[in-house]
Amino acid sequence: MSYVVAFARFWWNFIVGDDWRVAAGLAVAFAGTWVLTHHGITAWWLLPLAVFLLLVGSVVRQARNGG
Amino acid sequence: MSSNVLLFLATFLASAVEAVEALTIVLAVGVVRGWRSTLLGVGAAAVVLAAIVAALGPALRLIPISTLRLVVGALLLTFGLQWLRKAILRAGGYKSLHDEAAAFTSGRAEAGSAAAPGGRMDWYSFTVAFKGVLLEGLEVAFIVVGFGSTQGKLGLAAGAAAAAVVLVVAVGVAVRGPLERVPENTLKFVVGVLLTSFGIFWGGEGAGVEWPGSDLAILALAGFVALVSVLLTQGLRRRRQPLRAAEARA
Repeated sequence: MSYVVAFARFWWNFIVGDDWRVAAGLAVAFAGTWVLTHHGITAWWLLPLAVFLLLVGSVVRQARNGG
Repeated sequence: MSSNVLLFLATFLASAVEAVEALTIVLAVGVVRGWRSTLLGVGAAAVVLAAIVAALGPALRLIPISTLRLVVGALLLTFGLQWLRKAILRAGGYKSLHDEAAAFTSGRAEAGSAAAPGGRMDWYSFTVAFKGVLLEGLEVAFIVVGFGSTQGKLGLAAGAAAAAVVLVVAVGVAVRGPLERVPENTLKFVVGVLLTSFGIFWGGEGAGVEWPGSDLAILALAGFVALVSVLLTQGLRRRRQPLRAAEARA
């Protein structure tokens, strides 16, 4: 069982990293982009905007916690 | 043309950073514990990595290109933002710089204090070298397969990674020590910007976006991400200065 947990933890750290909010935010942004484009709405601006907000939020949060 | 240059640059720099980290581990263990078991660990990790890439490559051809771009773009974006966040925090003074000389010294001390090999095979050296090369190599393999498959340029991406590894190993062997002169945080900053930009571009295409300016949008995205990152770093540095002054007065 501990091998399964260690394996899952490795992939979690490898893909999600130390700030799960960024990964969750990206998932929402991708879903939003997909929905908009499949309704014929121009959505190229959504991902850059999401990256800007998520990066600033994550850096500020970690800086407040002392890095 | 511009996307080819950026693809080569991103893969080369990302691979160079990972190769420096893997080489530091291998050198630290090899110098202290001997080279035979260490190099066997490196060879075993290389075989496992080659098997992963060989298995992933053909499997990727079965996946529709838009799905592949969405998945690879999302992965590159999460990697890119992780690298970028750490590089910004380091450049802003909120996180200590990754020091390869210190990593080499601590790795060497750790290897020296581990139990001495009982038989011919030193499993400590083998395991540490295997794990170091496999983990750092896995990240390179993901970037190579991701970049190569989404643009149909696996050869270019693999060539860039191979060139970076050969260069780092050649320099490492020549100086026989950690590559502490490599400006690692600057490299991570640049790689973070490139991975994030490619991630936005391919992920967006996979989600159905038609980018204004087509491939040229990658350059605009790289400029945007770089500008945001530089402004964030400057903001952190300005915020850090009064904090340091207050700490010094206390």
